[in-house]
Amino acid sequence: MLRFLVRRLLGAVVILALISALTYLLFFTLPSDPALLSCGKNCTPANVALIHHNLGLDKPVPVQYGEYMAGIFTGRRLPLGNCPAPCFGLSFANDAPVWTILSSRYPTTLSLAVGGAAVFLTVGVGLGLVSAWTRGSLFDRLASSVSLMGQSVQIYFIGPLAIYLLVDRLRWLDPGADPDWSHDPAGAVGGLVLPCLVMSVIFWSNYSRQTRSLMIEQLAEEHVRTARAKGMGRGYVFFRYALRGAMGPIVTLFGIDLGSVFGGAIITETTFGLHGLGQLAVAAVTQTDLPLEMGVMLFSSCAIVLFNVVIDASYAFIDPRVRLL
Amino acid sequence: MTTATEDRPTGPPEGTPGTEPFLSVRDLRVRFATEDGLVKAVDGLSFDLPRGRTLGIVGESGSGKSVTNLAVLGLHDPRVTTVTGDILLDGRELTHAPRRALERLRGNTMSMIFQDSLTALSPYYTVGRQIAEPYRKHTGASRARARRRAVEMLGRVGIPRPERRVDDYPHHFSGGMRQRAMIALALVCDPELLIADEPTTALDVTVQAQILDLLADLQRERGTAIVFVTHDLGVVAGVCDEVLVMYAGRCVERGTVRDILKSPRHPYTWGLLGSLPRMTDDADEPLRPIPGTPPSLLTPPPGCPFHPRCPYRDQVPDDRCRVERPPLAPEGGGRASACHLPDERVRELTPGAVR
Amino acid sequence: MGASGKPPVDGSAGAPLLEVSGLVKHFPVLQGFLLKRQVGAVRAVDGVDFAVREGEALGLVGESGCGKSTTGRLVTRLLEPTAGRIAYRGRDITHATRKQLAPVRSEIQMIFQDPYASLNPRQTVGAIVSGPMEINGIDPPGGREKRVRELLETVGLNPEHYNRFPHEFSGGQRQRVGIARALGLSPKLIVADEPVSALDVSIQAQVVNLLRELRRERGIAFLFIAHDLAVVRHFSQRVAVMYLGRIVETGDRDALYRRPRHPYTHALLSAAPEPDPDAQGRERIRLAGDVPSPVDPPSGCRFRTRCWKARDKCAAEEPPLTRVEGNAEGHLTACHFPEEPTVVRDRTVVLDPALAALEEGTPQEEET
Repeated sequence: MLRFLVRRLLGAVVILALISALTYLLFFTLPSDPALLSCGKNCTPANVALIHHNLGLDKPVPVQYGEYMAGIFTGRRLPLGNCPAPCFGLSFANDAPVWTILSSRYPTTLSLAVGGAAVFLTVGVGLGLVSAWTRGSLFDRLASSVSLMGQSVQIYFIGPLAIYLLVDRLRWLDPGADPDWSHDPAGAVGGLVLPCLVMSVIFWSNYSRQTRSLMIEQLAEEHVRTARAKGMGRGYVFFRYALRGAMGPIVTLFGIDLGSVFGGAIITETTFGLHGLGQLAVAAVTQTDLPLEMGVMLFSSCAIVLFNVVIDASYAFIDPRVRLL
Repeated sequence: MTTATEDRPTGPPEGTPGTEPFLSVRDLRVRFATEDGLVKAVDGLSFDLPRGRTLGIVGESGSGKSVTNLAVLGLHDPRVTTVTGDILLDGRELTHAPRRALERLRGNTMSMIFQDSLTALSPYYTVGRQIAEPYRKHTGASRARARRRAVEMLGRVGIPRPERRVDDYPHHFSGGMRQRAMIALALVCDPELLIADEPTTALDVTVQAQILDLLADLQRERGTAIVFVTHDLGVVAGVCDEVLVMYAGRCVERGTVRDILKSPRHPYTWGLLGSLPRMTDDADEPLRPIPGTPPSLLTPPPGCPFHPRCPYRDQVPDDRCRVERPPLAPEGGGRASACHLPDERVRELTPGAVR
Repeated sequence: MGASGKPPVDGSAGAPLLEVSGLVKHFPVLQGFLLKRQVGAVRAVDGVDFAVREGEALGLVGESGCGKSTTGRLVTRLLEPTAGRIAYRGRDITHATRKQLAPVRSEIQMIFQDPYASLNPRQTVGAIVSGPMEINGIDPPGGREKRVRELLETVGLNPEHYNRFPHEFSGGQRQRVGIARALGLSPKLIVADEPVSALDVSIQAQVVNLLRELRRERGIAFLFIAHDLAVVRHFSQRVAVMYLGRIVETGDRDALYRRPRHPYTHALLSAAPEPDPDAQGRERIRLAGDVPSPVDPPSGCRFRTRCWKARDKCAAEEPPLTRVEGNAEGHLTACHFPEEPTVVRDRTVVLDPALAALEEGTPQEEET
């Protein structure tokens, strides 16, 4: 297990190094010269050179990349200001360290992603289980049709609808708000309920359909029949045997969906006007704030790669036949 | 278990004299609703099995032999299956029994060994846990006690170092060892009825011999009644007392193992024996297969289900084989066969049909 | 197609068609991250010699993992041999390239166990059977379709079924389609890998009879691979018994089935179920445990770990496959301490600890 984790984390580092190198190449060697952009109207070659020096762009690209990567671990002292570790450079827009900006924004996106995933896994898998248990019943058929509808809605459509109905008219829920976990945890949860619910809608229908069919498949498995043949109760067989077998594929599905979950979180925060990584990325792109873009990119890649390691490791607990090498 | 009938069983069936049947099946019918129509997988099957005896149910794929046994255990999906008729276990009616009552019997009074131990054991739990589970459920034993019992059972079925293997998963076991674990699982609560569904078909011949002898020895020790489902008449000769030959969901012949193998009456049984290569006959003689293929259970042939493949159908006057279903006619001593051929013709034909 | 005179029936007269010597196939066991390194090998076939003569059927029997199927795939060159020599009509084809193999390919055909998996479900039976003819550019007189219809008839299928798809056939019929496909190129040798073990008994007999007819009437030689001793006996003139990648005994059918010398052959024969309630006088041998792993086979004689006659010599020295004193010509046994040449005697060998315990009437002691 430990060997597996070490190995997978090493693998993750290799992948992240590749991603960072590629994005670095893409961002900093593109024709658009950031110096020209930040130089303004009366731009003299001397000015451009100065900016190049300030940004470190006068060095060869591999050296720049090496310094950038080293800075993540050690911090850097840049001409325009101090950048403590983890240093992703200074934002072009206001010379603030990118990490400072990121750390004020990622809690919103991460909370949304985790919260939304928790909601759609619970609701989706739960509904799927109930459907499988009551297969052929009215509930099952109803759930199937609702699932089909759920698959065809979009966040930017149900988001405003939900705000109008649940917040403005019925006043059941707070409108979405950026979470402040350290000072107001209760308020943070309250502000996340509606966005998480809205975000989960596009996912749970798929999970409920998949869970239902996986469970029905598992219930027909021979080893599940053996469990029945030895007299185990219906619920015991359902949860201990069938669900156990369905868990692996559900987790696999979730692993595939990780990227979309982040995407969903970003669309959701935009819909609710929250200040997360999505809004930040949009701002960074419109202002050609390359260090910030690069930071957002690396941060989300890191998160997805790490979550994937966790998911792979969880297989070993789900299925003893999986040998972690 | 779903059934449409309200009737109670029609009294105890005529059992073999002196031995009260432990398992008694009367006019069992199992039907599956499929997209293509109704499949009559078992169509009016009756048999008795006393304690300590082994009944072989022989047939080819689709003959309904496995379906019968799943019905005895009540393992069919009631949504798509209709089971009618009577299944009496020690006098207790099972066809109408509530689910919880069946659960108390399964794995306890009656248990089953499946063919493929790789798919029949859960890959997610240790062998020990899977054996201990029914023991805990049915005896209320503690976790530690059930584990000791699992170790004891693994040792009894011949697994070396059972106290260590008990914590292994099924995929750590070889095929033969896994089938032994399956037997340990089936026997952990000392069942009185054991249903073995092709228990050795997936095994190598030397391992099969070990497992068959093991089952026979365990039966001798405990007096278990065994239903042994197989397609292999060779295996039947070694382990069964009585044999029931099934074709297209019906019993076409039954009798003692000697009756069936030495003086079979039904042309299908003749065909099965003629198809079987042996170790001692003249190997230069061709085998004598049954022509054609088994019938569809969706649209079974009228009359005798075997008539399209039967070489003797023209020897029965009036085309009776094509129009009239032959009844399973008892001939005394528990022997019966379902064929329109007159007795004297059967006697004339048998020696030539059986090598 | 038998036009070259009457093929020999007993096989002894035919010239060697296929000769295999020292055949070895090791499958590497790899381990490692990114860079894989070989940590061992599955020694599936580990030094096998045999020959199949023209028009003869050689049966290859053994239990799962003995290497019999791998041997079949090596002979048809579906697998690349690790070592040894395969010669067809005296020509070395061990490492022949695709091009070099082309003329031989059509003469060696294979029939598989699983008639469901070995037929393309999207092709009609006609296309399946004519496929090999097209690939090999064979244009029979009267056209391929006519030939396919003839072949279908030969294997007992209705020629009208030319345009049907495999799923419209039963298992036995699909196996017949596979046989018709193999016959399309007028092969001289058919490697049949468990051709009947997936079929019901009554259908199995039909297919065995069909294959027997083809051998007799067309003089096709067979390498008949099966685990069922009785089926092999009914099909083969000579038989080779494999255990853990080696041939332990080989000989004429009667020699092997009536006068076996290797303890493993005795155990196999004694374990084969016989549909006779009066089968008296057969010895009863019950081995213990399972076949050891082919990754790390026992030293010396590979059967010694399960043999009741094993002594020190068996661990130290690998017994050669030779003619034991008292054996007929061509009956070879690889054993230091061969058994009496009979299967009919009152003897019981029970090595299985659980069986031994139950039959002693005492509870079994946990072995260490």
